[in-house]
Amino acid sequence: MDPLTWTGGLGPVLNPILTILVPVFAVALVAKIILSFFEPDTGIQTNPDGTIIATGGIWGLSAKLVTWLGLALLLVVLAYIVAGAAMGTGAGIIGGISRQFVPVWIALVLTFVVSIQFKRSLGLYGKLFDSMIGMIGFGLVMFWVYTAFFYGAFDMIATHDPLSQVSGMKNKVPGTPLRGAEDGDFQWYLFGGDNLARDIFSRVVAGSTIVIAIAPLATLFAFMVGITLGLPAGYYGGRLDTALSFFANLILAFPVILLFYLLVTPEIVATGLPQFMAVVLFLFPLIFAGVLIHSRYRTQPQKDYIWLAVILVPMFLVYMSVINNPDPTASRITFWPFDFFDVPGGVLVVFVSVVFVNSPTVFRIVRGLTMDIKTRDYVAAAQTRGERPWYIMLWEILPNARGPLIVDFCLRIGYTTILLGTLGFFGLGLPPESPDWGSTINEGRKLLSIYLHPALPPALALLSLVLGLNLLADGLREESLRD
Amino acid sequence: MGLFILRRVGVMLMTAFCLTFIVFVMTNLYPNLEKLAKSEGNFRMTDIEVATWLSNNGYRSPLDDQLLADLNAGRITQAEASEQVNTGFDPRIFRNYAEWLGVYPGWTRVDRDGNQRGRCILPGSDPAEAPTFCGVLQGHWGWSTVSKAPVTEALGTRMGNTGFLMLCVMLLMIPSALIVGVLAGMREGSALDRTLSTFSITTTATPEYVSGVLFIAIFTSSAVGLKWFKGTATSAMENPNFENFFLPVLTIALYGMGYIARMTRASMAEVMTAQYIRTARLKGVSFGNIVMKHALRNALIAPFTVIMLQFPWLLNGVVIVETLFQYKGVGWELVRAAGNNDIEMLLAISVVSVFVVLVTQLISDIGYVYLNPRISVT
Repeated sequence: MDPLTWTGGLGPVLNPILTILVPVFAVALVAKIILSFFEPDTGIQTNPDGTIIATGGIWGLSAKLVTWLGLALLLVVLAYIVAGAAMGTGAGIIGGISRQFVPVWIALVLTFVVSIQFKRSLGLYGKLFDSMIGMIGFGLVMFWVYTAFFYGAFDMIATHDPLSQVSGMKNKVPGTPLRGAEDGDFQWYLFGGDNLARDIFSRVVAGSTIVIAIAPLATLFAFMVGITLGLPAGYYGGRLDTALSFFANLILAFPVILLFYLLVTPEIVATGLPQFMAVVLFLFPLIFAGVLIHSRYRTQPQKDYIWLAVILVPMFLVYMSVINNPDPTASRITFWPFDFFDVPGGVLVVFVSVVFVNSPTVFRIVRGLTMDIKTRDYVAAAQTRGERPWYIMLWEILPNARGPLIVDFCLRIGYTTILLGTLGFFGLGLPPESPDWGSTINEGRKLLSIYLHPALPPALALLSLVLGLNLLADGLREESLRD
Repeated sequence: MGLFILRRVGVMLMTAFCLTFIVFVMTNLYPNLEKLAKSEGNFRMTDIEVATWLSNNGYRSPLDDQLLADLNAGRITQAEASEQVNTGFDPRIFRNYAEWLGVYPGWTRVDRDGNQRGRCILPGSDPAEAPTFCGVLQGHWGWSTVSKAPVTEALGTRMGNTGFLMLCVMLLMIPSALIVGVLAGMREGSALDRTLSTFSITTTATPEYVSGVLFIAIFTSSAVGLKWFKGTATSAMENPNFENFFLPVLTIALYGMGYIARMTRASMAEVMTAQYIRTARLKGVSFGNIVMKHALRNALIAPFTVIMLQFPWLLNGVVIVETLFQYKGVGWELVRAAGNNDIEMLLAISVVSVFVVLVTQLISDIGYVYLNPRISVT
């Protein structure tokens, strides 16, 4: 087998176009920005028939130029992907990667086609497809979600096992043919091999599953904790608020990395401290769900008990399964007989510390929103009606605070991803051979002056996911403000 | 105002007190102490030896004499004895914390060779001259077990290094963030605005360990071959120059910059739609004059608080960047101390960081009131 080049058979056709297009586009963009300083501020002017007058002169020209060049650039990139998916490794490393991602491409296209088709009936989610920024962000996020899903559920996309080492592949450059490959194996290391001769491409793909599994769920838990404590703090105020705010500020004043070192080192894990924190933190979703239902159906006991049983019993079983681990060497809580699944120790510790770090910020946001909203007329109306405080908090205030909370949720998933990467970067929590992006960056950075390829793919993957989440949040904010 | 500041200082002291106690408890958990004992003594110590070492050095209550006597007489085995060692809660921790604070006399003990030893007796000093109290209140920050030096001495140079790094970051970050924000916000929705906003979103989405790795890869590695900068900042501690110091500064500044720039942009965009700006326009004031003379001052109130609240985040970035670039500052020391359970060093670092966080919060509140007369502290 020959080593792969980056673009293979596509190179002679598309590379020259790309090398011309990129600088031209950059020059046009800079020119447009510089020109915009001198643009006369005419505002939007309309023709007598109601259509908008095109911006004339050199400014209109520059805007058109940038648009068309941008489209051309997008087309070339698409051509790389589509032709690559069709030709496979015949189109070099890019082709090979594009071929591996075919299920993701199909899922992405389907999602976008269906969503744009029905966007008018999909509420805030549908409105996202009116904003370019939002669509780009959503695309980036869904790319990683689908990658994580297809790898985690069906073991697709990755070319090799992320942990297996192949002799002779240590620090090999991208596109190196696999030594001693058999017929069933994928024949190349697409992004090369790392310091321990493992396939970097597969590790990046496997890392996405870890991030996508932990980050949104941890953020959700942080929101449960923050909402359950923030609503009463903002609504009642007084001593409760003072005490809770003091604790929140106490955690916020901690340097995050010191907190991680204090919570996640093996010595502390051995004392069972993270597990006891999990017992407390994971209780909040149950409290939240219980109060939510009970405050709604308090006057209809029949319905109340049915709903409480339907929701709380499964949640309680899951809760006990999560905190209980029958292995006495790894766990302090071993008594529960109905244990359906075990969370690997490292994952639980990482999860708990990330939730713990995130919840005070959510608490402060919810508290602020509650203090603002509780002065509104509809809250006064509910109070006059004689509604109980928890009903007002959960069914009057919370739904009206959803806009900022949804936006913050997206941003916070990104921040959680960064925190997970930080943990990996300092080698805390997850086992050292784990393919999560932070650990992979940490391993790759040690040889950075000689070999770039082990550290760059996970770094860029993390960057693209967090960027996607930020753009998505920006799009959502723009669209929800337009309401 | 005076009462407000007084109350805030009270909250600050309370926070520092709680926080150091938490750090104290966590670092004094038995497994952590065991690690400390083994790295200070030797790695093949038995459980009993560990417990003896810990009680001799004032970390835990003394072992039961009967237990030791039984063990020495051979009435019980090593395994049985180590099972009886208390590895859980030890009330001694409150006394130790009070000693660290300096409100309780430091422990003293006469060891086997007849030497007087104690918390307040530094190695190589005369026991007779040692003070009774030696805690934070007396200005004794303790002994760093990793640096083998008093904490004040070891941390002092580190703080100088980090202070210089932070200063450079501020000098780079604040002006560029404000310029980007003002340029983006003065014409909302223009091409310039969209470009600069995308730029600031990208920087907030790039954590230090990603941008640092990218910068090292592009500008320092022999694989790309530019080699404009140095990949480590170790030499910058004695002789900081553009070549060895710019990359760490840029890495921290970029991550913090995006957020400030976005706040400035939002604030600027809001001011530009205000009535008095429209009046100025109708009056015929030029656009440059409107931005510079009318809008800018009011638009900079919000970013001021954001800049101050950015400090805790910067501290975080400092830890990552100092580790990445091998720059021996507080962050680097934090990672080393936490890795080796250097208790008193960790306590000192947490006090310093709480102090920085809360003082900047206070400055931000006071500054906000000062800049914006419509708001009052009460």
